[in-house]
Amino acid sequence: MPQISPFIIFFASIITSNMILSNFLGMCSYLSVSSEYKTATGLGMAVTLVLVLTTVINWAVYEYVIVPLEIEYLQYIIFIMVIAALVQILEMGMDRYMPDLHAKLGIFLPLITVNCAILGVTLFMVIRHYGFFQSLMFSLGSGLGWWLAINMLAAIREKLKNAKLPPGISGAALSFIITGIMAMAFIGFSGIFTIQ
Amino acid sequence: MADKPMAIAKTQLFTENQVLRQILGICSSLAVTNSMNNSLVMGLGLSFVTALSSLTLSAMREIIPHRVRMLVQTLVIAVYVIFVDLFLQAFLPDISKQLGPYVGLIITNCIIMGRAEAYAQKNPPIPAMFDGLFAGLGYTGVLLIVALIREVLGFGTIFGINVNVIGFQTWTIMIMPPAAFFIIGSLIWALSARAQKKAAGGAK
Repeated sequence: MPQISPFIIFFASIITSNMILSNFLGMCSYLSVSSEYKTATGLGMAVTLVLVLTTVINWAVYEYVIVPLEIEYLQYIIFIMVIAALVQILEMGMDRYMPDLHAKLGIFLPLITVNCAILGVTLFMVIRHYGFFQSLMFSLGSGLGWWLAINMLAAIREKLKNAKLPPGISGAALSFIITGIMAMAFIGFSGIFTIQ
Repeated sequence: MADKPMAIAKTQLFTENQVLRQILGICSSLAVTNSMNNSLVMGLGLSFVTALSSLTLSAMREIIPHRVRMLVQTLVIAVYVIFVDLFLQAFLPDISKQLGPYVGLIITNCIIMGRAEAYAQKNPPIPAMFDGLFAGLGYTGVLLIVALIREVLGFGTIFGINVNVIGFQTWTIMIMPPAAFFIIGSLIWALSARAQKKAAGGAK
């Protein structure tokens, strides 16, 4: 695997390989928590935070525990447990030391354990054999890209609240079609960088 | 609650389809549907995991403490996903490579957790297994419909066999991400418009 510069990975994971718009990860919470701009911002922030922490820890666990012990077949269980444990610790720590932030992000944390973007980024990192800085930038970029996408969708949905819509489209179907249009717009960036 | 296998099959395959009516398990149904082979393998893998994890969790439902049930559910699901992953790596290495991380992501697929929470927890093992199996097959069905549209229009093939006899220009957009959003969005739209019409008709 050739070494791609971490900065290229960073920008590519925001724009050309956006977690939602080209890899379809984390759709469940993306669809259900995007009706208000403010809550979407909170969730985006929480996802970015957890994503960076779990990816860095999972990178270390993979490199120093899983590979030396040759237990690659157990990697899913180990990654999931790291994510669940980290989210739990983060929630308790935040509650104790940063109550303001906890009031803002706390409700989103349990949702994040089952957000497939978190596990997805870890698995992409393993499959593409990223080094430490590459993993760090990849997770940061993916988190910011996810945040960007959910904020865009929430902003559009808020504007559409007053619009008159055909029967049956409001809710999930509309979000899908908006996301499709956003994904088409983002295809315009492809070719600037590729990391696949 | 319906406990006959046939009744469960009908609800899970049509009226309460997990993907189109409950909007669950969306990630993978968007990602793998640019080819019918991948969709079929993914669907069967998911059905296997859902059926067996519902069976196991339902059999264990009396002994799992309530507070740690999420953790237990995730671990049981992860075990079955490892089976599927190892099986694909051994017997279908090409498809395993194309599906990439999406096999591992079956763990976080909301359908499995949803069935475990909503059905397996309160029902005996055998109906729970059927419920999981048909929920998985309903997902497979949707995947195959979406994949059929995308593969025929995008590559001119069905299961990799060329059907483009009239030689029309294939649409590259169909195999790119936006088409997945549009097709699933339209299917959901059509179904919910129909459900609304039915509800309005029934009220009269």
